[in-house]
Amino acid sequence: MKPAMKAKQRPLSPFMIGPYYKPQMTSLMSIAHRASGVFLSLVGAPLLLWWIVAVASGAEAYGALQTFFGNWAGQLLMAASLLGLFYHLFNGIRHLVWDSGRALDIRTAYTAGWLVLIASVLATAVMLGRML
Amino acid sequence: MTNPLARARGHGSAKSGVHHWLAQRVTAVFLVFLAGWLAYAVLALAGADFATARAFVARPFNAALLVLLVISMFYHAMLGLQVVIEDYVHRPAAAITLHFLVRAGAWLGMALAVVNILIIALGA
Repeated sequence: MKPAMKAKQRPLSPFMIGPYYKPQMTSLMSIAHRASGVFLSLVGAPLLLWWIVAVASGAEAYGALQTFFGNWAGQLLMAASLLGLFYHLFNGIRHLVWDSGRALDIRTAYTAGWLVLIASVLATAVMLGRML
Repeated sequence: MTNPLARARGHGSAKSGVHHWLAQRVTAVFLVFLAGWLAYAVLALAGADFATARAFVARPFNAALLVLLVISMFYHAMLGLQVVIEDYVHRPAAAITLHFLVRAGAWLGMALAVVNILIIALGA
């Protein structure tokens, strides 16, 4: 390796978090998109899988699942999964629009960001309101 | 999605090109619709007893959508977690271990979900 190549110690990701950049709504929503994706992968998807397996297994397994979602811990996980799902869904649409080359100016990015935040909270509240 | 060879030359290895990027977005578009349906299903089945839940999944149309949902979902999750590991885990041994666990978990989740949906749909 050439000396010039290994001399430079470039910052490794996630360098956006730290002293280099001021937190902005756009960057916070970006990392929240990842965080919600990881949460849905590790919590939301397994909960859906558990529900499918319980419905296939029989009334007893389904009863255990119902008991879990009757507890505060189960309801908290359900609420968090719904919020994560709606945020990732709406913000994902925002990303797909960007991928098509549209709405890339700063003003629209912020407006769409607020719409995503409001819609996520509203959708979660409406769902929880109808479920409880 | 391809570029002319003349434009690609000299820019290094393209490996699988845009395949990962495109697969992530195609599954995302599927999931926009399927997640909407999932929200409807969760509302319809909130607090439902066992027989109602089973009858809902047993309907061929619902079973088909649920199969599409779990395949797109686990595949999309696998691609997403892969990028997160690539970006944030800088120790090769840890990264390879996590990549293996993510892939194994996603394919296992997909297989388990599809098999159990089929058990319900076929009334076994």
